[in-house]
Amino acid sequence: MTTASENIVLHVADVSKSFGGLKALSDVDLQVREGTVHAIIGPNGAGKSTLLNVCIGRLKPTTGHVVFNGQTLDQHQPHEINQLGVSRVFQTPEIFADLTLLDNVMIPAFAKRDGAYRFNAMAALSGQADIRTEAEEVLQDIGLLEKSNQIAGSLSRGDKRRLEMAMCLIQKPKLLLLDEPTAGMARHDTNMTIELLKRIKKRGMTKVIIEHDMHVVFSLADRISVLAQGRIIAEGTPEEVRNSPKVKEAYLGEAH
Amino acid sequence: MDAIIIQILNGLDKGAAYALIALGLTLVFGTLGVVNFAHGALFMLGAFCAVTFNKIITWPIQPPKAEGQLFAPPAKPWFEYAFGDLGASIINWSVPISILLAIPVMLLIGLAMERGLIRHFYKRAHADQILVTFGLAIVLQEIVKKFFGANPLPQNAPAMFNGTADIASWFGLTDMFIVYPWWRLIYFLFSLLVIGAVFAFLQFTTYGMVVRAGMRDRETVGLLGINIERRFTVVFGIASVVAGLAGVMYTPILPPDYHLGMDFLVLSFVVVVVGGMGSLPGAVLAGFLLGILQSFASMNEVKGILPGIDQIIIYLVAVTILLTMPRGLMGRKGVMED
Amino acid sequence: MFGNLSRNDWLLVLGFAIVVLVSPWTLTPFGAGYPALLQKFCIFGIFAMGFNILFGLTGYLSFGHAAFLGVGSYAAVWSFKLFTMNVIPAVIFGVLFAGIFAVVIGFVSLRRSGIYFSILTLAFAQMSYNLAYSVLTPITNGETGLQLTLQDPRIIDNAFITPGEGLPQTDLFGIPMNGYPGFYFCAVALIICFFLTLRIFRSPFGMMLRAIKSNQNRMRYTGFNTRPYLLTAFIISGMYAGLAGSLMAVTDPLAGAERMQWTASGEVVLMTILGGVGTLIGPILGAGVIKYFENIFSSFNDRILEQLFSFLPDAAREVAVWFTGLFVGEGWHLTLGVVFMLIVIFLPGGIMEGLQRIYNRLGGGSGPGAGAPDTAAAQPAE
Repeated sequence: MTTASENIVLHVADVSKSFGGLKALSDVDLQVREGTVHAIIGPNGAGKSTLLNVCIGRLKPTTGHVVFNGQTLDQHQPHEINQLGVSRVFQTPEIFADLTLLDNVMIPAFAKRDGAYRFNAMAALSGQADIRTEAEEVLQDIGLLEKSNQIAGSLSRGDKRRLEMAMCLIQKPKLLLLDEPTAGMARHDTNMTIELLKRIKKRGMTKVIIEHDMHVVFSLADRISVLAQGRIIAEGTPEEVRNSPKVKEAYLGEAH
Repeated sequence: MDAIIIQILNGLDKGAAYALIALGLTLVFGTLGVVNFAHGALFMLGAFCAVTFNKIITWPIQPPKAEGQLFAPPAKPWFEYAFGDLGASIINWSVPISILLAIPVMLLIGLAMERGLIRHFYKRAHADQILVTFGLAIVLQEIVKKFFGANPLPQNAPAMFNGTADIASWFGLTDMFIVYPWWRLIYFLFSLLVIGAVFAFLQFTTYGMVVRAGMRDRETVGLLGINIERRFTVVFGIASVVAGLAGVMYTPILPPDYHLGMDFLVLSFVVVVVGGMGSLPGAVLAGFLLGILQSFASMNEVKGILPGIDQIIIYLVAVTILLTMPRGLMGRKGVMED
Repeated sequence: MFGNLSRNDWLLVLGFAIVVLVSPWTLTPFGAGYPALLQKFCIFGIFAMGFNILFGLTGYLSFGHAAFLGVGSYAAVWSFKLFTMNVIPAVIFGVLFAGIFAVVIGFVSLRRSGIYFSILTLAFAQMSYNLAYSVLTPITNGETGLQLTLQDPRIIDNAFITPGEGLPQTDLFGIPMNGYPGFYFCAVALIICFFLTLRIFRSPFGMMLRAIKSNQNRMRYTGFNTRPYLLTAFIISGMYAGLAGSLMAVTDPLAGAERMQWTASGEVVLMTILGGVGTLIGPILGAGVIKYFENIFSSFNDRILEQLFSFLPDAAREVAVWFTGLFVGEGWHLTLGVVFMLIVIFLPGGIMEGLQRIYNRLGGGSGPGAGAPDTAAAQPAE
């Protein structure tokens, strides 16, 4: 909490979000430091996904602000937030199911290169060698290169998630938000994903990760915030959180 | 003041037709989740039920030439020939009586349509539903054109309703101050009756309760072991009957022709959207509202200020509503938001 | 501008151009080798191709595209009336005005998606249609339709030549635009449009439109502002329609409001679906097939049918004539409706999907993924 503000990539400042009478988030205050992996854990319905939705502009906070790199995001549309450098992997994979894997990865690269809109109807796709190479590298990195000409909708669920992660990684976001990246994955896939996330971590990308699998959380996270009933009940290093009686009571006790 | 009352009255019958068609459209949308572009055709088919019934009972018969007569007597409708005065009064009342024909026929058409076609499109995209029902609407109207020709076929209201009602005198105003054709008044009252019946059915019967529950949350109702699909089939039948009845009774107001359905369909869709997709009260409210608005827009005073406004008022309202309140006047949250 | 198309694409354009240009000869055995019908193929081909850029690529189903066709026609006829009988300014005006019109309608309609978008476009088209019939009569000449008259100023033409007797003809720098020259003018327009469409299909822009159709939410969270993409597609497709409308006026200089009616919008939807939504060639094929059979079927009457079934015994012949009579002549629209329904139900990818299936069955392809992306079966729009 004492770090200089320029190192805070994401600051969720006293955010509350209500749906009708239901308060999904109340006065959540969260600071994510540059280059760290910040995990958010908490029981179902704690407001974790709502928190991410607020961060990417899908939902507007009822009160409070989201500040990214010193910039308040209140008036920003989702695509503007992405252009600032925030990418997100969704809980249910959001991919372009009708297009090939290569297309799926090239599209975000275009967003990074050309911005939110560019009328290039007379340019040829086949002339975009740089973007294609980049996309193939990322697919290689994520282990899907041999499937690059398949239609994305035909992938297994685990592969779809990895594809979506590739779509985010190619944008080299300043902040990557991951909503349960290993949910529904087989052990083998989970381990691959952890390996992947560790590799990315070395590149210094800041990440916020929501995860149920404690194995994943404790092998990746630098800091953990525990969310329960829309409030942050604890925050600290994995060790601190693991030993916090409050957390045990609210979350871990339930999970184990 | 009286001008306003007259315009409201003038809007009522058209509004009633919009409301009845839109009611069925939104009912089908709310329950089956299907966007039915053939719904206008059902209205048209209803109108042609009345035409058919009238054709059947007025089939001309040549009475035999009596002894000593020089010329054969003129051909008579066979109902009159066979049943005398009773036959004649049945012919006189043929439009309302053809309801008895229209109900089973429209029910059958509705059920056949749902079973044969619509059912297979529940899971397909809305664009596909629009397209296939658009095709069906073309087919239906072309069949009608083949059998009944392209010209409008005027139908008569029962003779006793041919005149105008002196509405002003009912309210103690000057006699003949506000006059209104009887049949249009009847049409309005009839529409209230039908709307009331549909609401009562949904509100007070167990069947209707299940349907309403299904509109809100189809999956849960399905989980309860209730065969919601079969009930929805019946709902489609009801919507078809409602549209058909609206068509039957509208024939004395507007002579039906084969593209009657298409003409009303576009407007009814606008009505549904203004009322809010899937909202029954919204459809009724918007139907009457737009009917009345349209009648105000066709006043010369209004047209003098905004020429052509009567031609576009409904669309203009629809565009405004769609842009400012995406859910329409009374739409529920989450219906077709994406 | 001309760089970067692959060799195969160039061959495709070349092949397409040849097929179109030699069609007066190749289609003669089918009874379609005369300019009035051939130019209809071209005009509706352009219309459907443009519609497909919107519906096929983005999945946004417009039910009001005929409005742009009408605007194109009116603008072209006005150019003939006011300035010159030369077709080039007429076409430019047609495309320009349709484009401006599309900016306005698209800007408003694209604030909604799905069925709401369809209804909004429908509402705008009906408004245009109703207004063209009533208040806008000074511009549209109402029910009679806008025509050339002897009193037209035609300022440019009259400055250079003394007007001849009677109504002048449309021309391209002196070449009268009736008969085959008229067809070849439309054919060249079609080939240019095909080339441009191919470029769009093969461009990053086209890819973004497909991606919007596939998952618009993902597009937003990927950093794209989807609305300008959609609006651009809408305007391009409106300009194609405007071009088609102005070409109609080029080959026959009059314009009527019925061209804007929503059933006319429905027709272009039919063409696109029949041919194959989202494919490059499909909509042109669909337009051609519909206009060809419309021509054939409409010309049938009972006498021809009697001859056709003359080999049957009397009773059977009557039944056969009656039944076939339902579908031909005046009943052509019934055939259209039935075919359309069958296509939507059984072959959502249209003729192109049918061809692809046949091709695969013959062992030519190795699975559905083998075709180029533009021939893959189109996914219905959300």
